[in-house]
Amino acid sequence: MAQSQGAVSAVAGRKAKIARQVVLPFRKSLEISLQNIRVRFFRSMITVASLVLAVAFLSFTLAGADVAAGLVRSGDPSLRAALAEAGYDVPPLAAPGLSPGDEAGRLGASPKERWIVILSLLVCTVGIVNAQLMAVTERFREIGTMKCLGALDRFILRLFLLEAGMQGLAGSLIGALGGITVALAAGLVRFGAAAVGQASAADLGRTLGLSIAVGAGLSLLGVVYPAVVAARMRPVEAMRSQE
Amino acid sequence: MAEAHNIVRVAGVAKTFTMGTQVVTALRGVDLTIRAGEYLSIMGPSGSGKSTLFNMIGGLDKPSSGKVFIDEVDIAQLDAYELAWLRNRKIGYIFQTFNLIQVMTALENVTLPMTFAGASQDEAVEKGLELLGLVGLRERHAHKPQELSGGQQQRVAIARSLANTPAIILADEPTGNLDLTTGEEIITLLKRLSAERGVTVISATHDYKMLNVSDRVVWIRDGRIDKIEERDQLNISVGAIGTREE
Repeated sequence: MAQSQGAVSAVAGRKAKIARQVVLPFRKSLEISLQNIRVRFFRSMITVASLVLAVAFLSFTLAGADVAAGLVRSGDPSLRAALAEAGYDVPPLAAPGLSPGDEAGRLGASPKERWIVILSLLVCTVGIVNAQLMAVTERFREIGTMKCLGALDRFILRLFLLEAGMQGLAGSLIGALGGITVALAAGLVRFGAAAVGQASAADLGRTLGLSIAVGAGLSLLGVVYPAVVAARMRPVEAMRSQE
Repeated sequence: MAEAHNIVRVAGVAKTFTMGTQVVTALRGVDLTIRAGEYLSIMGPSGSGKSTLFNMIGGLDKPSSGKVFIDEVDIAQLDAYELAWLRNRKIGYIFQTFNLIQVMTALENVTLPMTFAGASQDEAVEKGLELLGLVGLRERHAHKPQELSGGQQQRVAIARSLANTPAIILADEPTGNLDLTTGEEIITLLKRLSAERGVTVISATHDYKMLNVSDRVVWIRDGRIDKIEERDQLNISVGAIGTREE
């Protein structure tokens, strides 16, 4: 069966046809990447650790702002006072021209906090590039072997991107949930259960979504260079390494 | 398969590497014709250029000058897709270090080239099990490479090399990492497969056990072909294996 296939394709050996004859179905690539993550679970955890932390920090900051915004929006003067006491940049009395909603909006935009978050995300991206370069280097031989078995450059690229995407999604989900949980717990301790109840679920949902998107995006960004290096490698070079 | 046609033709192949400022010549013009279905050994001490020649024939590396033809097609003219196709369907590779993919089971290793070739999962699994059976490892199909001995790993690698019924099997020091008995088993297996399936086996080796099964032996020395011996010439000298190391 396979022999007759081989004979047929040998006869019809035109370039266009050949391009379609070496394939890696998407489902199979997904399967292989999942398996890679599962088998190298500990290694994957290390790769995503910095991402989890950075995303947790991002979502912690955003969720903290969400909680504070909820407090301001509630219009309760005692909560306002508690907020000002906790170091938030709110005057004890609501400014006359400003609605609670506007004020709440301003709370999330503390430039200092934003700057620290951006910095932490930057450091995290460098960390991911570093971790992924290591991970790719460890797998040079495997990449070379796959190429000897007929893998095209884009199969390798796709496998690495898929893996990084999944790691990014899982890592940022964990990080975002962790960050939000800690932010809510902190709010609970500082302002009490009633106050945390004021935080809008939509705001928190947006925070979760944004954190995950940023995390997954950074993970993909971090793997592009290592994956391109891996995919372009000629089989002999790949096999020669690690010997 | 027809014995008549030349499956591999190497014409004036030379290869130089630049290592820092030094230029190292690995091959200095090799001409060689390999017939379909034959079992050919490329013998020579390490550093003689046999692995380089092996890489050239397998399309894993490009010669500095000269040409390599597979089925009379110059492989330097092939684009990335055609080269991948060649590696996938036409050639099966076996390496000294086995090079199984560590995260995959024996069966998955064998079915991977079939997946690349577009076989369905069921087809691939069925043929994969059959091939593992052929090398005597059907029961161990669910094991990972680390759970297999060196000889078993090499047998999985042989099964994998046969996945898409290639015309050529290229083996680079297939017994280099194996003990004497296991090495012999692997050689016998390769010989049997070559005889039963009519596959052309080309192996680069310095294992003298290979001499017994080879149809032809090409001796490489300093990047040149020293001599080519046919099977009948070999039989006379095989008795004195120990004395052959010059």
